[in-house]
Amino acid sequence: MTAKMTSNLQLTADGRLRHLLTLDGLPKRILTEILDTAQSFVSVGERDVKKVPLLRGKAVFNVFFENSTRTRTTFEIAAKRLSADVVNLNVNASSQSKGETLLDTVSNLSAMLADMFVVRHSAAGAAHLIARHVAPHIHVINAGDGRSAHPTQGLLDMFTIRHYKGDFHNLRVAIVGDVLHSRVARSQIHALTTLGCPEVRVIAPRTLLPRDVSGMGVHVFHRLEEGLKDVDVVMMLRLQNERMQGARLPSAGEYYKHWGLTPEKLKYARPDAIVMHPGPMNRGVEIDSAVADGGQSVILPQVTYGIAVRMAVMSLVAGANP
Amino acid sequence: MTLPEPNALIDTLAAQLAPALETDCALIGIHTGGVWLRDAVIQRLGGDHLLGELDVSFYRDDFAQGGLHAEVQPSRIPFDIDGRSVILFDDVLFTGRTVRAAINLLFDYGRPASVRLAVLIDRGGRELPVCADFTGLRLDLPTNEHIDLLRSDAGVLSLVHGPW
Repeated sequence: MTAKMTSNLQLTADGRLRHLLTLDGLPKRILTEILDTAQSFVSVGERDVKKVPLLRGKAVFNVFFENSTRTRTTFEIAAKRLSADVVNLNVNASSQSKGETLLDTVSNLSAMLADMFVVRHSAAGAAHLIARHVAPHIHVINAGDGRSAHPTQGLLDMFTIRHYKGDFHNLRVAIVGDVLHSRVARSQIHALTTLGCPEVRVIAPRTLLPRDVSGMGVHVFHRLEEGLKDVDVVMMLRLQNERMQGARLPSAGEYYKHWGLTPEKLKYARPDAIVMHPGPMNRGVEIDSAVADGGQSVILPQVTYGIAVRMAVMSLVAGANP
Repeated sequence: MTLPEPNALIDTLAAQLAPALETDCALIGIHTGGVWLRDAVIQRLGGDHLLGELDVSFYRDDFAQGGLHAEVQPSRIPFDIDGRSVILFDDVLFTGRTVRAAINLLFDYGRPASVRLAVLIDRGGRELPVCADFTGLRLDLPTNEHIDLLRSDAGVLSLVHGPW
């Protein structure tokens, strides 16, 4: 699937965001609009009444074919703060095991008068498939598909970087760890490049890098100390044990020794560098507790901003009707 | 139509507001023209007031038709609104829908003792039972024409008028 095709599927004829499936091919104008709108939703989260009436009367279905407590919860909170009715479905546990196809599941939920689907699936392209088949008034948000994309995570990372560092134009950003299995890393790289970040580094063992990494416009490093030198932002990735097939690594202990972010290794970065992680963290594997809980960590603010960013995405797509 | 000079209208409005501005009342501008208007009034009258800004985009009643308004700005009320007298500022009062949205938004921050409305221009055409307490100018404009307050980078206010 080309970026252009996806882009056409995501945008209305007059260029507004209709579905959010991937950050690949999304213009800077849209990314900035999402981040700016999210900024306004942060102030809503600071009030006593943390709700606005934008999606009153709309039904948002969180359809999770793969478990993810945090992502599902933040989408649920976001939808509720927009006054939508939220239905959470763990499809693993129900119809899929009885043999219903993905599109049949979606048709049935559409018949229950859904206005928006938030979809998490282990297969790449699942959200795209749904977006191609839903009625024109229904919106689809990809909450992670296989190794392909996790656009709202990429956006909340961009929001966090912008919050702490301001502009992207003079930043050096390092993405560290299991890039091969990470849908987050792909979304991050697309967003950073589009927003004008001049130097994106990828630091990983050769066995955890995708073959096409050189085509992604990033600088590749194989030693943590070297790659972290003078960076402004360190984006850690989770070692995806459950997605690993075959032995790509000797052991978690060995990984920590070479690739774990310890306070000593972090000293190679700029002294004001921030440390991010999409969660859930493997403490003592890719990140040391002293760093995760330390003064440079913005891992918990990332979670809070994730709600505002998802509110922004939901309200922008919900308002873009053909 | 010859457009009035906004500074003269602001002088008129400020003169009406002067006796009403107790020191503990909150002056809240509706983005963006209402914030400019409030600032211009404060410049004339001085005083140490509680200041806030509201963006009503998340409370508009035309979201289903037009989607989210471009360039939403954060709303900000950095004080406790409960029991406080509020004066809302907007540049142009037309259908009354923006004011309805602003009052809903305001009440999500708390329960003010009273809310009054100050506008630079009341152009008629109300669709809701809303009226201003302080008005710089009353003007009857046909519904197919608009009038807006603008501010240059240098901070100079002007009015523009024309067909939608």
